[in-house]
Amino acid sequence: MSFVTAYGVAAALPMENPTADFSDTPWWVALIKAVGVFVYLLISTLLVIWFERRVIGRMQQRPGPNRNGPFGLLQTLADGMKSMLKEDITPANAEKFIYTLAPLIAATMAFVSFAIIPLGGTVSMFGHETPLQVTDVPIAVLLVLAVASVGVYGIILAGWSSGSTYPLLGGLRSTAQVISYEIAMGLSLVAIFLYSGSMSTSAIVSAQSSLWYILPAFFSFAVYVITMVGETNRLPFDLAEGEGELTGGFHTEYSSMRFAMFFLGEYVNMFTVSALATTLFLGGPQAPPLISAINDNMFGGGWWGLLWFTLKLWVFMFIFVWLRGSLPRVRYDQFMRFGWKFLIPITLAWVVAVAFIRGAQLGFLGDSKLTFAGRELSVATVVIVSIVAVIALAAAWIWDDKRAAKAAAEDEAPPEEIDPFEGGYPVPPLPGQRLAEPGPRISATREPVLSTASTTSATSTFAKEEDHG
Amino acid sequence: MNSYVPILFMLGLGFAFAALSVFTSLVVGPKRYNRAKLEAYECGIQPTPHAAGGGRVPIKYYLTAMLFIIFDIESIFLYPFAVAFNKLGLFALVEMVLFILTVFIAYAYVWRRGGLEWD
Repeated sequence: MSFVTAYGVAAALPMENPTADFSDTPWWVALIKAVGVFVYLLISTLLVIWFERRVIGRMQQRPGPNRNGPFGLLQTLADGMKSMLKEDITPANAEKFIYTLAPLIAATMAFVSFAIIPLGGTVSMFGHETPLQVTDVPIAVLLVLAVASVGVYGIILAGWSSGSTYPLLGGLRSTAQVISYEIAMGLSLVAIFLYSGSMSTSAIVSAQSSLWYILPAFFSFAVYVITMVGETNRLPFDLAEGEGELTGGFHTEYSSMRFAMFFLGEYVNMFTVSALATTLFLGGPQAPPLISAINDNMFGGGWWGLLWFTLKLWVFMFIFVWLRGSLPRVRYDQFMRFGWKFLIPITLAWVVAVAFIRGAQLGFLGDSKLTFAGRELSVATVVIVSIVAVIALAAAWIWDDKRAAKAAAEDEAPPEEIDPFEGGYPVPPLPGQRLAEPGPRISATREPVLSTASTTSATSTFAKEEDHG
Repeated sequence: MNSYVPILFMLGLGFAFAALSVFTSLVVGPKRYNRAKLEAYECGIQPTPHAAGGGRVPIKYYLTAMLFIIFDIESIFLYPFAVAFNKLGLFALVEMVLFILTVFIAYAYVWRRGGLEWD
């Protein structure tokens, strides 16, 4: 599409944001791009596992893997090779067919979503002008959510087909977790569609050429980042793999390459959700604001887009690693309460607020304008934004008040003297507390035992203990 | 070419890679029979003959799945409205507020009945 026609289309439909033009893309170029994206994802996965282990290592004052290859870069490849040479075990209790199918679903579905992510601007490839994006469809973002939902089948089928307790419980927990956070994730994206008027990823990116959506939809961004951690089963939300409770979760029984497929799927999923966040909130492959101002955006578009996209993607990968390095795992009921009772209602309220702001901007609520500091603003926008701000402030105030009251209730001075064995367990005294003298209660419980202890009862106690052992 | 076809390319590539890796490890990996190795893993203790609850799914997950379907469909219904917001005008705004209000009523009902509790 030449610039003139693009401009003409844009002028004819002022509301529409142009989508990427795929008219000059024969099927074999699309296939080459698909292979390119696939290789890009595989290399990124190899790198990010190394990156994660190194960064976590630094955060924990140790070097991390540094033996295989320069800086340990080939560590992941070596691990992959090793797992390929391990025995592939199918437990006797497993449902053989589904047990084999589950890791394939998990790995396959992880790759599909990347087909609609714009990785760069329009480039010339084998004599064809084609966007650096495998394809774009009018419902691209919906496709990502749909594929994520199908990917959940990999988890639930793996857990169920293993025929073992830990995988079953881990798979169920994992599934419940992913689907619970998918609702809040889906709702947080509504604000983006309200602003862009499209679900096509390339149209959403081009709609952000003046302002990235992270600013007008900042709350959606916050909700999306929380839910994307929940979606990918990553710390602090990796409840399905709580080692202390469920060993490995749904993939406990898997070994060798089938386990590696779940591992690969998890990391590719991390890239997918990060890529979607980059596309929807950070302008996708667009150059960052200050750099795009250099020399009429000479570092934007074309292959440069791939650089900016990759950098933004790795910002999110770093956030994932950072969270893992600093936060402990939450409890399952806390996690579900947070998702269902906080994220969902507050995101619904945010959608209503954005709809009103957007409606005011588009002039649905009256056309009166006022001039402020040399800029024309619609009265309705100002009124709506003020109402939203007041409601948000009031909510924050009430919440803060409640929290302060709760903290005050907890701060009540503890008793000066405690009986360490009051609850049956030894409890150490808090600072400033004094231990009560051992009361008669303790000696009273002991004395009868001592006085009536005979040789026979002592031996029977020992015999019992041996039975237990 | 249909714009959905390249998605199938990605699907095919992903599946081919996964299937090939699993197949290769089946071929090159060792195979040594051991009865204990084929038992369910339960941290070393004698494993139960089948998964907890006979391998069936506890009912509370069913509830979560039902709630997911209800609220996910409701959030999907907001998408076409959001995309066509520019063209529908004030009508869209009023309709959407009414729709979200009904969602909120259903949500409040579920909350009230304890459907969102987790023990």
